[in-house]
Amino acid sequence: MLEVKDLKVSFGGLVALNLDTFSIRKNELRVIIGPNGAGKSTFMDIVCGKTKPQQGSVKFKGLELLGRKEVEIAKLGVGRKFQKPSIFSGLTVYDNLLLGLDGPKDVFTSYFYKLASYDKDRIVEVAEKVGLIDDLTMIAGSLSHGKKQWLEIAIVMLQDSELMLIDEPAAGMSDVEAEKTGNLLCDLSKKHSVIVIEHDMKFVEQIAIEKVSVLVRGQMLTEGTFQEVRNNQEVIDCYLGSANSAQQKAHS
Amino acid sequence: MLKNKIYIIFILVFALLMPIGYFTGLVPINTLTLWGRYFCLAIAALGVDLIWGYTGILSMTQALFFCMGAYGMGMYMTLSNLPEGQFLPSFMVWNQVTELPFFWVPFDNFSYALVLSILVPGVFAGVLGYFIFRKRIKGVYFAIITQAIALAMFLLFSRNETMLGGTNGLTDFKFFLGFDLRDTSVKFGLYILSLLALGLIYWYCHGLVNSKFGKALVAIRDSESRMRFTKYKVTHYSVAIFMIGAMIAAVGGMLYMPQTGIITPGRMDVQASIEMIIWVALGGRGKLKGAVVGALVLNLMYSVFTTVLPSSWLYILGGLFVITVLYLPKGIVGLVDQMKEKLNSMFVKTA
Repeated sequence: MLEVKDLKVSFGGLVALNLDTFSIRKNELRVIIGPNGAGKSTFMDIVCGKTKPQQGSVKFKGLELLGRKEVEIAKLGVGRKFQKPSIFSGLTVYDNLLLGLDGPKDVFTSYFYKLASYDKDRIVEVAEKVGLIDDLTMIAGSLSHGKKQWLEIAIVMLQDSELMLIDEPAAGMSDVEAEKTGNLLCDLSKKHSVIVIEHDMKFVEQIAIEKVSVLVRGQMLTEGTFQEVRNNQEVIDCYLGSANSAQQKAHS
Repeated sequence: MLKNKIYIIFILVFALLMPIGYFTGLVPINTLTLWGRYFCLAIAALGVDLIWGYTGILSMTQALFFCMGAYGMGMYMTLSNLPEGQFLPSFMVWNQVTELPFFWVPFDNFSYALVLSILVPGVFAGVLGYFIFRKRIKGVYFAIITQAIALAMFLLFSRNETMLGGTNGLTDFKFFLGFDLRDTSVKFGLYILSLLALGLIYWYCHGLVNSKFGKALVAIRDSESRMRFTKYKVTHYSVAIFMIGAMIAAVGGMLYMPQTGIITPGRMDVQASIEMIIWVALGGRGKLKGAVVGALVLNLMYSVFTTVLPSSWLYILGGLFVITVLYLPKGIVGLVDQMKEKLNSMFVKTA
């Protein structure tokens, strides 16, 4: 599905990402964890075309993504949810979803757009799934932080992307909300490939039904099941810090 | 409720009371012509609101597009007002021009002039917009570039070699489509025409901002990157609304021309565009009502204050702008909502 090779990005001399290899299968749910500044979000930025790497290759369904524009990449089937909820705050929740809806998105189609009943059904269906069905007429900017996260996930869902890049979906959520989000993501991975970045270990445990990748200082430290990763001494060192941690090793 | 009230008041005053006042002799025709001109400026303000209020693009070329429409109409009127036996406008004769420049030729015909006056600003905006938006230039940088273009065009139109009358502009018209412009019934007709045009364009804009296209514009203002990752080609949308805004402004300019009887490059300088932005900011940006209310109220105030206290206008305008920025983020139109909210909260507190 997604294959990454020799990816290298640096910002002003500082190496942000130096990824030898990374790949995920179709309908896989992959969790990426790692300390702050490990390059997790940068990795997603590269895949969806926001950041240009210095070298490397990112292949999606056999097609090279590097060098393409955001819209092209999105059209190929890559959806992105940002760390900081990025929604259309001046529009109602319903209009947010309407814009997210998959279909032709050129100027003329939008100009002459008439709401079809199956489009409406689809919006209602997704709004029900993410728990925003009672908020459809609310202005998106006035939603709580957790609901903004759901709204952005809903926009990505409506696009029906084959690969979904979800950056910190549970940030700012209560335990109950986070659990709901976790179920939603597990459910999504039945039909889509999903990559999730997350810090909250409780949440990671819930959604790590498959592999977990650990990024440290731009490099892949280890990959494995949640149990393997949690018991890995290097990973523990990175998170808790020790005199001989991998973070410092990578640095030297 | 407020929504409909404001429309009813508007129609009542301008489509009923004013004409009645005119026919009974209570309202002089010049007052009507003045309002007719304000309507044209309000049309241009609607364009500003679409581009800036809804899409978030701060453009300084709106007055230029307004003038392009006015010049187009002016060229037609210049040619149709030539005295018998004269084939060139007088200013060309004075500049030793012997033949009508090629770009003047189609403006001899009213239908061509009509189409070209809208099309030329539209295409100009399209080309300009395409090259700027493609490079993802926005915000202050976009404002500065468009400001430079407005200035360049002002200088170009001011030159005699451009064959558009230089700094004197185009003026001295007696007839429009065979009607005598000094005739009060013709003036009244133009007033009604402007009112109708404002109504129609308002209705068009209303449909536009409530369509999926309109929502996409607001979405671009709120989060351009999210739009891109949701597969929308933001450049196309920005160019489209820039063109629509330009053509709307041109319509305003075309109607403005026969009512004012003169167009000079002074109308298209940077200051004129900034004034239009101030109208919308004061009226309430992001609301179509705001653009119309702002344009009408400020132009009325301009007329009143320049008569009563000629030197005070800029201070008053500046003062109003400061008040808007500090206390009325949603402009005059938003003030009503703000007051309602305050009353409500006061009521809740006491209860």
